[in-house]
Amino acid sequence: MGIIKRLGLDFSWLKKLFKKKTQKIGIYGPPNAGKTTLANRIVRDWTGDAMGSVSHIPHETRRARRREDVTIVSNGSSVTLDIIDTPGIATKIDFHDFMTFGLPEEESKRRAKEATEGVMESVKWLEDLDGVILVMDATEDPYTQVNVVIIGNFEARKLPILIAANKIDLPNSSPARIHSAFPQHPLVPISALEGKNIDLLYKEIAEHFG
Amino acid sequence: MDLISEEKLDGMTSMEKVRLILDEVRNGKILILEKGLTPSEQTKLIELTMAEIEPDDFAGIEIESYPVKQNDNFLNKLFGKTTLKTRLTVIGPASQLKTIRKDRDLISALVSP
Repeated sequence: MGIIKRLGLDFSWLKKLFKKKTQKIGIYGPPNAGKTTLANRIVRDWTGDAMGSVSHIPHETRRARRREDVTIVSNGSSVTLDIIDTPGIATKIDFHDFMTFGLPEEESKRRAKEATEGVMESVKWLEDLDGVILVMDATEDPYTQVNVVIIGNFEARKLPILIAANKIDLPNSSPARIHSAFPQHPLVPISALEGKNIDLLYKEIAEHFG
Repeated sequence: MDLISEEKLDGMTSMEKVRLILDEVRNGKILILEKGLTPSEQTKLIELTMAEIEPDDFAGIEIESYPVKQNDNFLNKLFGKTTLKTRLTVIGPASQLKTIRKDRDLISALVSP
């Protein structure tokens, strides 16, 4: 590839010829970054359905969900994707944290157990994907271990990464901070909740995964 | 706290590394790995950690490392090959190790007994 690049040869047509018809794209990120809110918006905009429920309590999504054949058309480009909304990846899950949201102890313990299974499921899905939309909370520090691990995994396998810097509707959001942390990947500042910049995201999805 | 050298880590398989880390961390140790773990070893560690979480016993781990670097020497560049260079990593029980701030080249953490 290095030599080919140096010689200025373009084999992108060949790549397109052998590319799979449908790309499996995972929506990943830490808990509460807005993954399901974004998945709901994408699936609703292009199919009219929804993916799953959302909540302010972390680990609301505890099972990965796949929506097949979502065709996104933008700026003359079109791409058909299988969208996989995944449970948030974490390195620790303490049931006491759920109790601070007012959940009873038993329910908190059950949620913690299901959340650990959800994280394992997310990790397993990593091996089956063709690309990732990494959702980061733009109000938070971007250097979390979860972000580092997800990016590292996809970089190691040379698969495309698109960063959605979410929650730009909040006053303390800073997509620039995310960009300076991971400048090697394309980034779109969005509000999945309000739909801000969502057309820009579709344009990037069509270009990046198409 | 244990500091594990690059040489020791190089002589271990991925599974051996992950097992060693989890066993030591479950015993309350904080580990500093000179070389760190590859992205796939880190996901393996997360997966096994999740399987071991028990309410009121083990809530998981805190793991902090710098983003991996591309090993872009002359030969790698020429053949378009990229290898990843893992970097220093700190791992400890979530109940004892708290990250305060993390930057591209700085990790501030709080260790409690």
